[in-house]
Amino acid sequence: MNIHEYQGKEVLRNFGVKVPTGYVAYTVDEAVEAAEKLGTSVTVVKAQIHAGGRGKAGGVKVAKSLEEVRTYADEILGKTLVTHQTGPEGKEVKRLLIEEGCDIKNEYYVGVVLDRATSRVVFMASEEGGTEIEEVAEATPEKIFKEVIDPVVGLTPFQARRLAFNINIPNELIGKAVQFMTALYQAFVEKDCSIAEINPLVTTGDGEVLALDAKLNFDDNALYRQKDIVELRDLEEEDEKEIEASKYDLSYISLDGNIGCMVNGAGLAMSTMDIIKHYGGDPANFLDVGGGATAEKVTEAFKIILSDSNVKGIFVNIFGGIMKCDVIAEGVVEATKQVGLEIPLVVRLEGTNVEKGKKILEESGLNITSASSMADGAEKIVSMVN
Amino acid sequence: MSVYINKDTKVIVQGITGATATFHTKQMLEYGTKIVGGVTPKKAGTEVEGVPVFNTVKDAVDATGATASVIYVPAPFAADAIIEATDAELDLVICITEHIPVLDMVKVKRYMEGKKTRLIGPNCPGVITADESKIGIMPGYIHKKGHIGVVSRSGTLTYEAVHQLTQAGYGQTTAVGIGGDPVNGTNFIDVLKEFNEDPETEAVIMIGEIGGTAEEEAAEWVKANMKKPVVGFIGGATAPPGKRMGHAGAIISGGKGTAEEKTRIMEASGITVAETPAVMGETMIKVLKENGLEEKCKTH
Repeated sequence: MNIHEYQGKEVLRNFGVKVPTGYVAYTVDEAVEAAEKLGTSVTVVKAQIHAGGRGKAGGVKVAKSLEEVRTYADEILGKTLVTHQTGPEGKEVKRLLIEEGCDIKNEYYVGVVLDRATSRVVFMASEEGGTEIEEVAEATPEKIFKEVIDPVVGLTPFQARRLAFNINIPNELIGKAVQFMTALYQAFVEKDCSIAEINPLVTTGDGEVLALDAKLNFDDNALYRQKDIVELRDLEEEDEKEIEASKYDLSYISLDGNIGCMVNGAGLAMSTMDIIKHYGGDPANFLDVGGGATAEKVTEAFKIILSDSNVKGIFVNIFGGIMKCDVIAEGVVEATKQVGLEIPLVVRLEGTNVEKGKKILEESGLNITSASSMADGAEKIVSMVN
Repeated sequence: MSVYINKDTKVIVQGITGATATFHTKQMLEYGTKIVGGVTPKKAGTEVEGVPVFNTVKDAVDATGATASVIYVPAPFAADAIIEATDAELDLVICITEHIPVLDMVKVKRYMEGKKTRLIGPNCPGVITADESKIGIMPGYIHKKGHIGVVSRSGTLTYEAVHQLTQAGYGQTTAVGIGGDPVNGTNFIDVLKEFNEDPETEAVIMIGEIGGTAEEEAAEWVKANMKKPVVGFIGGATAPPGKRMGHAGAIISGGKGTAEEKTRIMEASGITVAETPAVMGETMIKVLKENGLEEKCKTH
C-alpha cells in the first residue's frame, strides 16, 4: 500500500525523523492559510499524488510570497501530472503539501528495502541525492553503499556511521545523520514498510539533516496489525476495479487489452496473460481468484471483468487444486444471469471436480465455448475477439 | 528414490483443527501420506480424521516420532508455528500459509540459521513424491511416478506442468513448490542440488516467475554443476513493471526481475526454456529425446 508524501512525513516525524514543517491543503484557500501559518519567507507548494517525478512534471513550485502560493496552488490543484510513474494518462492533483522552504547545502539519498538475496533488510545510501536511485545504480554503482541489517540487533550505530562517512556527510553532522538513519530504520520495521526512501535527504545551512521527500510503501500482508496506516489509504489514487476486487480478496490488476481473464493461482494467471499475447491478443487484466474462492466471489470477479468497457471477450482458465471446477462454473453461470453476457466466453476447466463443472456449464444454456487446454482456449478467444 | 519425502515420512499437521487443514488432512491420508499427529493449542486429546491432536509440536513429535510438519496456521501466527517446528528439531517444515508479513519471515530465517530444520515455502502448494506421499494442497491424481523432478515458485503452474507430463506419459519423482514469497526457506538451487544427486531423477523442470533474481542464480548454478538436463519456464512476460502480480514476490522493480532477462540467462546457461506455458511438457519431451532419455523416462 502507498501513501502520500505528507502522510509519510507525519509517520516519520512520530519516530523522530527530522522533516520540514508543512500542512496538507485541499483547496487554494487552505494552501494560503497553511503558508500564513508557516510564516516562512520561502514556501514550497508540492503536488501530492502516488507517483514520483512530480518536480519534473511541474508539480513542485517554490513560492516567495503568499500571492505566489495562491498562484501556484491554483495552477497545480486539478492539474493532471504525467510522470514516468503515472502512465500516459497521468494523475489529477487533489491535495497539496505546503511546506517551509529550507536552505539546502547538499542532497543525498537514503533508502531502506528488503533484499531478497540475503533475506534481510538493507540500508542504502548515496551521495547522488535527487536522482532516481535506479539511474545511479546503472551509471555509477560504486556510489551506492549498503549495510545488511541483522534483525536481532537492528541498524547498529557503527553501520549508520559507516554509511554517513561513505557518502561524505560532513563530520559535524555525522551524529545527526546517524540519529536520522536509526529513526528511519525504526519506522521501517515498526510500521512494516516494504520501502522507505528519502530522496533527497538534505543538509541545511543551519546545520540540520532533513528528509525533503519521503516515499513509504507498506507490506499489504502486515496491514492487519497497522490500523493507523490503513486509515491513510487514499482510494482516489487507486483503480476502481482494483478497489472493488480487494473487497472480495481477489487479486486483480487492470491492463490495457481487451481480453478479460479469470484464473486461479498467480503463476497460472500471469502465464494466461502471456499465452494470450503469444497468440496475438491483449489481456485486459490479471485476475487470480485464489484457492478458497466461493461461487459468490467468482460472481463478483466476473462482474468486475465485465465492468471494463474495453473487454471484448473473456477467457476463464482454471486448474482446480483446492479450487473446485464446479464452484467456478456456478459462479460464472450466476454472474451472467445477473449482468448478462453479450461477448464471447471461452472456458477451460481442469482438475478437481472437472466433470461436475463442465456439466453445470452445458446445462446452463449459455453460449460458452469450451477449450481442451490452455493453448486451445487462448487461440479460441483471440480469434473470436480479433 | 525421491527428494525430501517418501512413503515412510511421518508428518504432523500444525493447525489441524482449522477447516482447510482438516480438509487437506483427509486428502493427504487418502493419498497414503503418513499423517501421525496434529497440533492445535488447547485441543490435545481430540482427534481429526482419526489423527491425535497435541497442544505443542514438541508433544506431537515425542509421541509420534514425526520428522516433518505441514503448516496451515493463519498468517498472523504462521511465523511462530515455523519457529516452534524448528525448535522441535524437525527435519522438514512445509508452510502452505500465504500472506505472512515479510518482516516476520526475515526474523524466522534469522532464527533458523545454523539449525537442522529445512523450511519449504511459505505460500507454496507443498511437496509430493508421486504415488508415495503428498504433503500440501496439490491435486494428487494428476501426478504419476516416474523420472522427472519438478521445482516451481507457482502452485497452479506446477499442476499445469505435471499434468502435461503425465498426459504425455512421463511420470515424476518429486514436485516441490518453493512458494511465491520474496523470503522463503528453500530456493531453486537447494532443490536442484537434491535432484542432481537423486538417482531416480533423470531431468528437471524449473518454473519461475518475474521478480527477484532467484532464477538467474539458479541458472548460474546449473551451468556450473548440473549433470542432468533442465527445462525452464518463466511466468509473467507480459506483466507491467511496478505491479505486484498476486504473489508478494512477483514484481518487476527498478527494471530488474523481468521474464526476458531471466529467460536470456537461463538459455545462456544451457536450460531449454519453454516458449509458452502450454508447451512445458512438450519441451521436456524434446529435451529427453535429445539426451537419449526418452525411453527411460516414458512411464506408460
